[in-house]
Amino acid sequence: MAQLSQFRLKGLLILAIVIFAVPLFITNPFHYGLATQIALIAGAVVGLNLLVGFAGQISLGHAGFFGLGAYFSAITTSTYGWSAIPALVVGAIGVAIIAWVVGRPILRLKGHYLSMATLAVGFIIAIILNNEREITGGPDGMPVVPFDVFGWELSPFGQYTLFGMEISGDLAWYLFAGVILLVAVWLAQNLIDSPIGRALRSVHGSEVAASVVGVNTAKYKSLVFVISAVYASVMGALYAHYQGFVTPAIAGFDFSIILITMVVLGGMGSTIGVIIGAVVLELLPQLLADFQDMEMVLFGLILMLTMIFMPKGLLPTAANLLAKRRKKSAGGDV
Amino acid sequence: MFSEFLQYLFTGITIGATYALIALGFTLIYNASHVINFAQGEFLMVGGMATVSLTAMGVPMLLAVVLAVILAGVLGIALQRLAIAPAKNADVVTLIIITIGASIFIRGLAQLVWGKEYHVMANFSSDEPIQVFGAVLNTQSLWVLGVGAILVAVLVYFFTRTLTGKAILATSMNKDAARLVGIRTQVVLMLAFMVSALLGSIAGIVVAPITFTSYDIGIILGLKGFVAAAIGGLGSGMGAVVGGLALGVVEAMAAGYLSSDYKDAVAFSMILLVLFFLPRGLFGAKVVERV
Repeated sequence: MAQLSQFRLKGLLILAIVIFAVPLFITNPFHYGLATQIALIAGAVVGLNLLVGFAGQISLGHAGFFGLGAYFSAITTSTYGWSAIPALVVGAIGVAIIAWVVGRPILRLKGHYLSMATLAVGFIIAIILNNEREITGGPDGMPVVPFDVFGWELSPFGQYTLFGMEISGDLAWYLFAGVILLVAVWLAQNLIDSPIGRALRSVHGSEVAASVVGVNTAKYKSLVFVISAVYASVMGALYAHYQGFVTPAIAGFDFSIILITMVVLGGMGSTIGVIIGAVVLELLPQLLADFQDMEMVLFGLILMLTMIFMPKGLLPTAANLLAKRRKKSAGGDV
Repeated sequence: MFSEFLQYLFTGITIGATYALIALGFTLIYNASHVINFAQGEFLMVGGMATVSLTAMGVPMLLAVVLAVILAGVLGIALQRLAIAPAKNADVVTLIIITIGASIFIRGLAQLVWGKEYHVMANFSSDEPIQVFGAVLNTQSLWVLGVGAILVAVLVYFFTRTLTGKAILATSMNKDAARLVGIRTQVVLMLAFMVSALLGSIAGIVVAPITFTSYDIGIILGLKGFVAAAIGGLGSGMGAVVGGLALGVVEAMAAGYLSSDYKDAVAFSMILLVLFFLPRGLFGAKVVERV
């Protein structure tokens, strides 16, 4: 167990180094924007991985919670003048309650029926956001004021000083998002190593066996559903402030699919793996944009081929390969 | 009052029949392989788009339909052989993502070949609608219902009277036992995907004059088919038909009496309600799980 947490600590350290090394390689504001988006979305994916990778429950509607968090912050701060942090916290509590109420009955469902139910919940949220034009601005979306802490504003267009250095708003936002991602990963790893995490993994292994040894499976499944929804809500709220604009697309089915694809592509159950999934899936369309008309065909093809040949995801497959090679070079017979 | 109700009912049953055919396609593949095929809607798109473009090139309608259906069938086989079969040991979620990747790929190809515009297909017969008790019935609706009914009858015959149909059923019940009695289960899986694609493309062709067609209509149609199949109970043919019709009628009534903006929300609320009370849908089999 000590070894395991040491391993986890190492993962967190590597992630921190990568996050803070990125600004050494990019200067372009567009690239900062992309990196900030990736960090915020990766935070939501880390939360979704708790549900999918550890508890083994499928959600095809998680963007709904991301969108709810985003819109709650957008509306309360921009229309009603709330401060950003209370808005984010109240929004997260609201989303937690909704997830708990919805989660209780639907988590009884298994396999494809659970996929169907989560898909339906996500769709209903997106439809409401699309149609309540008076409050949400409808399909055109609505502008969002910058993030603020006690009257101090964080905007991608501002100028800030950090440790005596002048930094641009883009870089400041990126560093902020990076720190948030690190906190998200640290919290997730603590949860995984806690008794709750062990209970969840037992549910993934065999729900019946878990309940036989006294794990209250219904309680733990609802709990992790709520936690992953709160992750999505908080990241959605930050995303809304960062973008300065929200549209219902961030709550839609396509984005739900993107989120779960990031989890599966990176490697279910691996916190660092799913972050890699988020990075790859966000960067891929940028790389493919040069192909214009071919973009969609290539995206679909790459997605299909990766999942066919690496069904366990990118990081676990790479780790396996590395382990095999190490064994070989060590001169082992196996 | 009554004519209004009748009007919504006609609309609902027409679109419901389409949903039923998509749901049947889902059911077929689900039974044979336990895969939920998120690319199901693309078969409808391919059927409709290929027919439109072939007739525009001067191919006679009937031949265009036959060619479009064959194209979809080949696509179904390719999907099973090239994408599903190589990943046979993958997780449920991984398989879902593979079929989603396939649907994006097919959509991308369609966009390359046929462009992004909406295409209009002429009604099969007269453009003159029929008046029934003050409600208007489009002749194309009769085509949809007629073709739907024939396809269901053919499927029933196929599964109860032919050896191939029975082989598919046997494989869905117990793959290992089916293999033991000499059924080549890989061929059966291929057949299931092919038949499902044929069903989808025919549905796509008959409904195209009503809904128009474009490269991206497959997503939402496929999802509605999935909803219909889940309402009926995954794996039940009867459930797929009932679920499809029920979904279509509820949607049309919601659009007519409540709000057309919220008709999809009503459809998705309906599936949640059904699953709250019947976790395996209306006709879903009660499966005893072995530990």
